[in-house]
Amino acid sequence: MDTSFAQRRRRDLIIAACCAVAAALVPLFVKDVYIQNIMVLTLMYAALSQSWNILSGYCGQISLGHALYFGLGAYTTALLFTKFGVLPWFGMFAGGVISALIAMALGYPCFRLRGHYFVIATIVIAETALLLFQNWDWAGAALGIDIPVRRDSWLYFQFTRSKLPYFYFALALACVAWLVTWWLEDSKWGFWWRAVKDNPDAAESLGVVVFDSKMGAAAVSAFLTAVGGSFYAQFVSYIDPESVMGFQFSLLMALPAVLGGIGTLWGPVLGAVVLIPLTELTRSYIGGSGRGVDLIVYGALIVAISLARPEGLIGLFSRGHPKEPAR
Amino acid sequence: MTAETIIQSLASGLLMGLLYGLIAAGLALIFGLMDVVNFAHGEFLMIAMYATFFLFAFFALDPLLAAPLVAAALFVFGALVYLLVVRFAVRAKANAGMVQIFSTFGLAIVMRGLAQYFFTPDYRSITHSWLGGKTISISGIFLPVPQLAGAVVSIAAFAALYFFIHSTDFGRALEATREDAGAVALVGIDKNRVFALGWGLGAALVGLAGAIMAIFFYVYPDVGASFALIAYVTVALGGFGSVFGAFAGGIIVGLVEASTALILPPSLKSVGIYAVYLLVVFIRPRGLFGSL
Repeated sequence: MDTSFAQRRRRDLIIAACCAVAAALVPLFVKDVYIQNIMVLTLMYAALSQSWNILSGYCGQISLGHALYFGLGAYTTALLFTKFGVLPWFGMFAGGVISALIAMALGYPCFRLRGHYFVIATIVIAETALLLFQNWDWAGAALGIDIPVRRDSWLYFQFTRSKLPYFYFALALACVAWLVTWWLEDSKWGFWWRAVKDNPDAAESLGVVVFDSKMGAAAVSAFLTAVGGSFYAQFVSYIDPESVMGFQFSLLMALPAVLGGIGTLWGPVLGAVVLIPLTELTRSYIGGSGRGVDLIVYGALIVAISLARPEGLIGLFSRGHPKEPAR
Repeated sequence: MTAETIIQSLASGLLMGLLYGLIAAGLALIFGLMDVVNFAHGEFLMIAMYATFFLFAFFALDPLLAAPLVAAALFVFGALVYLLVVRFAVRAKANAGMVQIFSTFGLAIVMRGLAQYFFTPDYRSITHSWLGGKTISISGIFLPVPQLAGAVVSIAAFAALYFFIHSTDFGRALEATREDAGAVALVGIDKNRVFALGWGLGAALVGLAGAIMAIFFYVYPDVGASFALIAYVTVALGGFGSVFGAFAGGIIVGLVEASTALILPPSLKSVGIYAVYLLVVFIRPRGLFGSL
């Protein structure tokens, strides 16, 4: 049993390494900027969904307010750079730390809530932050922040001529998020989180420190999400409250994990690889300007997958091993 | 700020609050019945508003007369949503909670897309209805007539709902099914039928609210989203599953929103609602009137 578990983990690591190498080679063959853009977004959402999955999937605390941490990451980087000239790399780290601290500060009262009361609290907190940012003049209010272009370099993490550096950074981010999940899955925390998710009362009685393990999951999840937000700010070089802290981001982060397989290592990756290209392509080919066809396809897909494959698309791969839980 | 302005905004807040209660009633009813949060609730409101708008535009039917028709149409729609989507979502063996959230949410996105496709994203409004734009003055306090009508409809609907749940066979079946869906099957009540009727009734209530809303609010594909969050907060504030908690929750939300608008810039008026929600659930994690 133990060996098969260890084997499976080693197998996961090898598959992930192969996928990462294969993904890194793709730009050698795909020169189309539009496709490269979709690949960057796919990797970014894989990373974001992986981060969301730590708190909501593994630990079972369903958050529909992760746009808050995404937005905080984006805003911290952009504000530090435009107001104080701090390099985006420090901004990225600062955004991550601030988000993790805020996640714990909010978790302190919120983790007493259960079920829908918790979900609604996460939505309400993110919406409050959105409204505050929309009215915060120093931070650009509803107009947002234009990140000035200095020059194309890794120092400023700005690239106007080529999307490739963003692609490699997003790939690295997705790999880091995957590796963190992979490592945590087999750690004390991973086991605690699953226990908290399955039955918090039983977990508590068996000596799992339920509250601390939720706080840990929230901090890791918020840190990684904020790094994703920092990256996004650099990638699009213009941010406003609605575009980085809006409710739709909270959903977009959750969807790949939910559709791929919530609380699983591969679910977010699989979900992002299927969902993001599909939405981008429907948007550009049949979407047209605001006709809503892309929404219809997208929504129908969500309904169909969640009804037909409640365990996520990952369930398609674990059919042959009924005893092995889907991961 | 004079005493008059304060009374004036609290009075409008109260009227709006009663309407919020009516919007939220269906959500609370459905949750109480089967522990499912309908994330397409705002879109139910949206189609009710469109139905009212088109009845007015094509048949010159006043929203007040259209309201019963819209409610009936929404009843059928709600029952169909249960039978075609939710029935399968609650059967899911894995991730039941997630499946419910995302299947109804996917439905919301589809409905929004369909509204954009067929009705375009344009803002529409009903002009020259019987009540639209009128106000009456009661001892110096001006009250908008459409909102006043909404408040009356809301109180009447809650009274009817109370009678319905406590004094009719179907109401008792509803209560029994929410207590123990397994046991009612043993006495010959078809669980699916009760759930479908519950969804129909919940949708009919939001249909009624939508018909009134269409008198004084713009109709557009995303209109539901603006009210859905308020409806969730209203229901959660009252305590999930408590229909009359939604009534109280609505009044609180309306009054808090109006008071916040007195103190903070109007664009921040929702902050007060959110703050009160958080305050209430931090003190009482199951809302004001929620039981286990």
